[in-house]
Amino acid sequence: MTMEPGPKIEVSHEGAVTVVELLDEEILEEGTINTIADSLFAVVADDPKIKLLLSFERVRHLSSSALGTLIRLNKRVEENNGILKICHLRKSLLAIFKITKLNRLFDIYDDKAAALSNFTD
Amino acid sequence: MPAQTYHEIEISSICAQAKKAEDGIIAAARTHGYGEEDIFALQLSLEEALSNAIRHGNKQDPDKSITIRYYVNRDRIDIYIADEGTGFNPIKVPDPTTAENLESPHGRGILLMRAYMNLVEYNDTGNVIHIVKLNDEPDK
Repeated sequence: MTMEPGPKIEVSHEGAVTVVELLDEEILEEGTINTIADSLFAVVADDPKIKLLLSFERVRHLSSSALGTLIRLNKRVEENNGILKICHLRKSLLAIFKITKLNRLFDIYDDKAAALSNFTD
Repeated sequence: MPAQTYHEIEISSICAQAKKAEDGIIAAARTHGYGEEDIFALQLSLEEALSNAIRHGNKQDPDKSITIRYYVNRDRIDIYIADEGTGFNPIKVPDPTTAENLESPHGRGILLMRAYMNLVEYNDTGNVIHIVKLNDEPDK
């Protein structure tokens, strides 16, 4: 039986901003979502007033449960006076944010450069 | 026009089994020439419908089953998903796009299915969902 590698995030820093690349193409199933959630909340716990940029460049699918995790993460970041932004949503995923009106809740940018230039001190 | 024959699959309330069923239906859709946008819509809606059946319908009880009846042809994908739960009233699900609900982490699955499928309906009890996707490019 082949063991599939677990879902992953990749964390880097651009100045004061923590950039998290979501590495899974499909963020649909509960197990995947829970593992990614644990990783993201751990990143935020390490730096409560975090300036966090989530990159969705590799993500092709996400479910409403994944959106729920993003909302909870955003709430946690805001409670700690941090900032969360999102970038590199492909057109099909941006449509999901628009249908659910979550484009009003999240700061969404086309790419990393645009997002990074909009983090204020 | 001959009546369509539905395929029937029964799965336990386990995500891995739901994923396998989803993959089979998606593969059938690709075989019948559905485009990538239709496949995206189908995959999202199947995930939402099966997740709801497992989590809300069957309360994640692995001893409770989900029955999936479906057919796929060049023009239409027609799917019924039945859980063993007591059902619910979809009209009573709050609108997740209102200001007061926007930050709720739940309640977007039905909205998304309605946005991406041509038909989403429930039986009177609310434990069977019927979703239909028409082929947006049947002549391709």
